[in-house]
Amino acid sequence: MRKGIFSVNGRREEWTYHDDDVLLDSIREAGHTEVHRGCKEGGCGCCAVLLEGVLVNSCQVFTASAEGRDITTVAGLGTIHDPHPLQQAFVETGAVQCGFCTPAMILSSYALLQKNPNPSDEEIRRGLDGNSCRCTGYVKIIEAVRLAAGRMAAHDE
Amino acid sequence: MTNERSLVGKSVKKIDSLALACGRGKYTADFSVENPLHLAFFYSPLAHGNILAIDDTPARAMDGVVDIFHSGNTRSGLFTTAGQGFPEPSPYDTRLFNSRVRYHGDIVGCVLAESVIQARAAAAAVKVEYEPLPPLFDPEQSGDPASPRLHDGEEYAPLPVPYRPEENVAGEVLFSFGDVEKGFAEADFIADETYRTHYANHCAMEPHCTTAFFDEKGRLVLYSSTQVPFHARRIVSQAAGIPLHRIRVIKPRIGGGFGGKQEVLLEPYAALAAWKWKRSVKAELDRSEVFTTGRTRHPFRVHMRTGVKKDGSITAIALDDLMNTGAYGAHALTVLSNAGSKVLPLFNKIPNVSFVGRAVYTTLPVGGAYRGYGATQGYFAFNQHMDGIARTLGVDFLDFVKSRHIQEGETSEVFKAIGEGTEGVSQIIRSCKLDECIDRGAEAIGWARLRGKRITSGPWVKGVGAAVTMQGSGIPKVDMASASMKMNDDGSFNLLVGATDIGTGSDTILSQIAGEALAVPLEKIIILSSDTDLTPFDVGAYASSTTYVSGQAVLRCALEVRSRILSVAASMLDVPEEDLTVEQGGRVLHEASGREVSYSRIACHSLYTRNQFQIQGSASFCGSESPAPFMAQFAEVDVDRETGKVRVVSFVSAGDCGQPVNPTLTEGQIEGAALSGIGYALTEEYLFDSRGRMTNNGFWDYKIPGILDLPVMKTIIVPSSEPSGPYGAKSISEIGINGPAPAIANAIYDAVGVRMRELPLTPEKVLRALQSKE
Repeated sequence: MRKGIFSVNGRREEWTYHDDDVLLDSIREAGHTEVHRGCKEGGCGCCAVLLEGVLVNSCQVFTASAEGRDITTVAGLGTIHDPHPLQQAFVETGAVQCGFCTPAMILSSYALLQKNPNPSDEEIRRGLDGNSCRCTGYVKIIEAVRLAAGRMAAHDE
Repeated sequence: MTNERSLVGKSVKKIDSLALACGRGKYTADFSVENPLHLAFFYSPLAHGNILAIDDTPARAMDGVVDIFHSGNTRSGLFTTAGQGFPEPSPYDTRLFNSRVRYHGDIVGCVLAESVIQARAAAAAVKVEYEPLPPLFDPEQSGDPASPRLHDGEEYAPLPVPYRPEENVAGEVLFSFGDVEKGFAEADFIADETYRTHYANHCAMEPHCTTAFFDEKGRLVLYSSTQVPFHARRIVSQAAGIPLHRIRVIKPRIGGGFGGKQEVLLEPYAALAAWKWKRSVKAELDRSEVFTTGRTRHPFRVHMRTGVKKDGSITAIALDDLMNTGAYGAHALTVLSNAGSKVLPLFNKIPNVSFVGRAVYTTLPVGGAYRGYGATQGYFAFNQHMDGIARTLGVDFLDFVKSRHIQEGETSEVFKAIGEGTEGVSQIIRSCKLDECIDRGAEAIGWARLRGKRITSGPWVKGVGAAVTMQGSGIPKVDMASASMKMNDDGSFNLLVGATDIGTGSDTILSQIAGEALAVPLEKIIILSSDTDLTPFDVGAYASSTTYVSGQAVLRCALEVRSRILSVAASMLDVPEEDLTVEQGGRVLHEASGREVSYSRIACHSLYTRNQFQIQGSASFCGSESPAPFMAQFAEVDVDRETGKVRVVSFVSAGDCGQPVNPTLTEGQIEGAALSGIGYALTEEYLFDSRGRMTNNGFWDYKIPGILDLPVMKTIIVPSSEPSGPYGAKSISEIGINGPAPAIANAIYDAVGVRMRELPLTPEKVLRALQSKE
């Protein structure tokens, strides 16, 4: 067992973990259950988080390698009282059905919009590839990202 | 009160979606319970065998191991994992712990340990000695005298339905009217074809999970990822031997179901282990286990013969279906029934009809409920078969369908004949806008522009195909739902429903129905669903029942509350009740005098002032019919003649679900079902090795559609009004998955002239068909 300092959504936390633990298990163990376990083999993207701003599947990252680094989950983007424009857009377009893929899908969208604030539909598809959803058929997810991108751009002007 | 609706028909935001988007929605695995133990299963490495000995001694000595359960130390009775009406139409052929294993992945036992890692390590260390028995992989050979019998002991069907394990028959449906042989004799030609559909997995993003703990009274509480909390409570009691009143099942947020969580798989094990050790227990399948030990879509062989006259009239149709139910008969009879009862009524004017269906055991993974539920398999054959007949007659497929499908005011003998383990229920179709679905869908896909044109670009040839389908809305005279409601001081209402929101949005649309009936905004309806201690009974989320059956229960409940409100208001205003109207926003008006009272005043009057009582209501609903939604789906595909690859360029769904309660959520149901259906048609497939082991049990090798696989997707809701539905609503959740496979197959034929009779439509198969055509 090891102890280490982790930064989750801007807060310092001390976790106890094993050498071979993966970030998905550790971050859930630490109470961040908004990070979802869909397959644990990097095949669905439900466990994605931002590690120093880079989208990673947390099931494919050793906990040890995330020590001391900034981790962002969807709870770090906004809250039900003060949602991020992406969270708001997912709600308004009906892009949330069961919601299991949603936190990672929103983080993936966020990472995309950081790099490309005005993506085409094709760029949205390429940006979100790797995050699976079985409920929506992705139609309204693409719509949500488009809506949020427009609002965020208008806000920045 | 105006007739303009304030909530029904409006795309209000799904009420749990903000919480889910912000990571606040809790799923079963997210609940922390005190000091939990963890379960890990060990499985059969054989397709078929007897267990001779289990040596768990070394495993028991491993770190953290608390207990190991298997047939050598734990007796378990026969039951079915299928969460259906009671007694279930599925055979009691399953035990928690087997002494004989019947497929690669059959549960042999489970380890209870202090951590997941310890439990899994010990599960791998349990030594099991087997006597191999011959496997049975080919359903066509299930009845051969030389084939092994998979269930030859005490297995039985709890309902009086055909069940002959001595022939490997898990269920049988026989039905006919008219005289098909006479019909065939009158025909000018007989189309005679055989179609085959394959195993598929639901692939809900959340794997099955159960968390068990004890409340302060020592009762067992199960959080579970279930579509059927009330069935789960009953089946846990039955399978684990725990008194029902000691069990509470709570369904939190669910990460998708699609039928996979209509099975009571994990709950009995978690309950048994927790009950024995009086500790909290967590059980969660990993993805590979969901594929191999969870449930699947039953594979079918459909042999379809249709007699046709030169003038296009159909004289007879005969279906001979063979369904592979795998090692156990979960939903065997009912999925099989649906392959006839949801398909044959569509062309209701055929005078001579016969349906012979058999569900048979094999030593392969277990079938179960899966969105579409037999209709998906049946319609794959039906739509291609009819496309072929229309082509033989030289008639456009869409015109062919329009002059033959069931219309408003019509019925079908099939409704009465085939039920779910019982006789069916006679009904007249009272809403059907399929013609409009066909016309608007054809327009959207560009049917006239593309059909038969074979536009070619390099190796790619374009084709367009269509499929028409119907489903139902709940199981008539079987599915029951209930709701209760109470009024609060400020004129808000608590709505308690047994209905189970698995991501579909049923909490939202049921709140819309209640709010509409009471003329209050959505935020005044506070819904709580799916807790066996708190909410009244509901069969659960399956059979496309929630909007229609649970919706009707909610509507009745809300109207009962509304009549109490009016009665209190009448006494407050000292006027006759019939002179009062309910006004939008929660007011009661006496129009003649212009006097009004708010809901809040009415509530406070009845709670605190005079003749005090709680304004509340409750209602149940069990449908006497199952109105069908209708859909026409269209695929534009490009087929690569050099590689056989099929690319879906554009996909259109046009559906009649009655009055959509929430159009955005309705579209979401159709879009999700359509893309799932495209995956089922093209890429999703169980691969087995020679020993019956699934070799692709993970998302890297079992390919579900990703966002890059999404074609141009168009969804058209064709409104109608179903007289028997709440505010005119019918169901929508399942139907959209039925059309993609046949629409794509018909489009392939349109493009390159090969008839693809076996799913999935892989490049290898299409190329082979192209080569054998040349």
